[in-house]
Amino acid sequence: MDRIVGQKSALLWAVHISVILLVLVWVFPTIGLFVSSFRTSDQISSSGWWSALSTQERSVPAIRVAGDERQDGNLYVVEGELFPDTEANVTAWGTSSRRPTEFQPGDTAELKDGWRLTVSATGTYRLTSPQSVEGERLPRIFSTAASPPEFTLGNYRNVLFSSTAAAGVGQAFINTLTVAIPATVIPILVAAFAAYALAWMQFPGRALLIAAIVGLLVVPLQLALIPLLQLHNAVGIGKGYLGVWLAHTGFGLPLAIYLLRNYMVGLPRDIIESAKVDGATDFEIFVKIVLPLSFPALASFAIFQFLWTWNDLLVALVFLGTDDDTLVLTGRLVNLLGSRGGDWEILATSAFVSIVVPLMVFFAMQKYLVRGLLAGSVKGG
Amino acid sequence: MHPALAGIVTIIVGVGGCIGYFYFSNLFIDKILFPAKGPNISRNINRANMIRPWLFLFPALFALGLYLAYPVFATFWLSLTDRDAGGAFVGFDNYSQMMTEPKFWEAIRNNMLWLIVVPAMSTAFGLLAAQLTDRITWGNFAKSLIFMPMAISFVGASVIWKLIYDTRPEGQDQIGVLNAIWLYFGGEPQTWLTITPWNNFLLMLVLIWIQTGFAMVILSAALRGVPEDTVEAAIIDGANPFQIFFKIKIPQIMGTIVVVWTTITIVVLKVFDIVLAMTNGQWETQVLANYMYDKLFRAFDWGVGSASAMIIMLLVSPILVWNVYNARKEMR
Repeated sequence: MDRIVGQKSALLWAVHISVILLVLVWVFPTIGLFVSSFRTSDQISSSGWWSALSTQERSVPAIRVAGDERQDGNLYVVEGELFPDTEANVTAWGTSSRRPTEFQPGDTAELKDGWRLTVSATGTYRLTSPQSVEGERLPRIFSTAASPPEFTLGNYRNVLFSSTAAAGVGQAFINTLTVAIPATVIPILVAAFAAYALAWMQFPGRALLIAAIVGLLVVPLQLALIPLLQLHNAVGIGKGYLGVWLAHTGFGLPLAIYLLRNYMVGLPRDIIESAKVDGATDFEIFVKIVLPLSFPALASFAIFQFLWTWNDLLVALVFLGTDDDTLVLTGRLVNLLGSRGGDWEILATSAFVSIVVPLMVFFAMQKYLVRGLLAGSVKGG
Repeated sequence: MHPALAGIVTIIVGVGGCIGYFYFSNLFIDKILFPAKGPNISRNINRANMIRPWLFLFPALFALGLYLAYPVFATFWLSLTDRDAGGAFVGFDNYSQMMTEPKFWEAIRNNMLWLIVVPAMSTAFGLLAAQLTDRITWGNFAKSLIFMPMAISFVGASVIWKLIYDTRPEGQDQIGVLNAIWLYFGGEPQTWLTITPWNNFLLMLVLIWIQTGFAMVILSAALRGVPEDTVEAAIIDGANPFQIFFKIKIPQIMGTIVVVWTTITIVVLKVFDIVLAMTNGQWETQVLANYMYDKLFRAFDWGVGSASAMIIMLLVSPILVWNVYNARKEMR
């Protein structure tokens, strides 16, 4: 056994490093989104999120000298600030677009007509002239500004609560919840009864039904869109929440029945048979014994269905429509990608709002999710 | 009524309705239709037990039939009719019209590419991650981080990756990682999502990123199920770790690898959100599901849309048959 141990430790450091690399690659994209959602729009568009913690240097678009003129001795003076709203330091400046970094902060530039311009490191400027500059075209200042790292919750406030075009994300969040919760709860009971019948009741055609459900598991729901939309219109449901709930219920049932049946078949036979001997009906056995024992499988399915309905785009677009007041988060995100493709502070924040709930569910209930996956796939093959 | 309130009412009505249906229908056959008393007691009990399974199954079968089985036939019928002509039967005209569209062939070609690359890469990465994480103490933590993208929606993932592929004009700082790396090695800023055919692979990367966790979880369980003694025997025979992995472990989990592969294949065939969100099929990135969505809901051409949906069904069918075959074999 020495040799085995020896071999393992020789390779172990390579394994550790590989796993660290793999994990970093897999987590990196999500972290990028997370960090970006806390940055100001200036900072997002001027530097990569990975440099969010370092001082940001950016070239500021030209700012024209402006302000009230006052007289100081025999000089006329115009004073002002380049960055009245933000905290930034000037690292270099210039007065022409060809040489935007000509001067250091504190330097004085000699301009035409005896004008002299000084820009300090903090961004205040002072223009002096021997004669009045009233009505003259004042010079422009090109500057390179360094601003400290800046993080803000403003993006979230903006996206969730403001009434601008970026908003609607708060509304979409509520819409998504409204779609996901009933669509998760309703199929469970329907599927549980059917799964019990398929697992523990004897009747002709049972094997055929199970095979049919395995087949329906992979039927693309793309096929269901138009016929069901026609059906919903014909019976008067039209486009709306009821239609989405029903559609999600129908589409979720094969997996639900399949998962639950696989689990229920594995329950100990003695318990169920001794209950039968004691005179319990199937209904009582199901409600009092099988349902409570199947809790892990019910939880697995509930997580699957919740993640699926929360993250779904197609079913919601088709059965709920694309109106602003019924749009779900995924639909809202697609719209934002179209209309605000460059506004990363809005996109990143909205995207993070949309993935935070599934992520919380995922980390809280991971055990059941894994169990469900294993029951659904390994046994299926 | 406020939708959230309607949701709560629906839950109550839905769940209450289910409980009520199951309870009262059972009560009905036990007490009224076939009461377990009187002269025909044993005949009644038998009959009740013959009907009961169908009581249990009815709501589920009804919903499955209406929402999954019926649409397959209805879509097939739609694909043979023309909506503009008032739903007249046109035979396979829609199919032949579709065959003449270059966008359709582009979608088929891209879908084939997706079908080869995504399942292969996801399974390979999943296998690698499963094998590596099983051997270290913090493996479970690493696993849950690699598994995490599973919880993120395709659209959310598209936003995440679009940030990575973002492009700024030359001279500005790049905010997309890919361009930043590209520039670091001396390239010029590229608008990645418009470069054919490589943009297809950039879209596939999103799905691979999501599906690797799934493959890893399942394959890791399978790897743990490999009998210890086969590995030990190989070690005694002098096999090195790579030989053990490829010659001992892989053959024993081949069945699971096939399951993972086919499951991801089905996800790939239905992929729509990623393409819609990232390129909307422009720059030769169209895939079947998005082509179908275009036809159905932008061109409102239900005939051709349904025809392309049937193509997706056709591509899924071999896996459907294979799954049913295996399930039946297992039940025996």
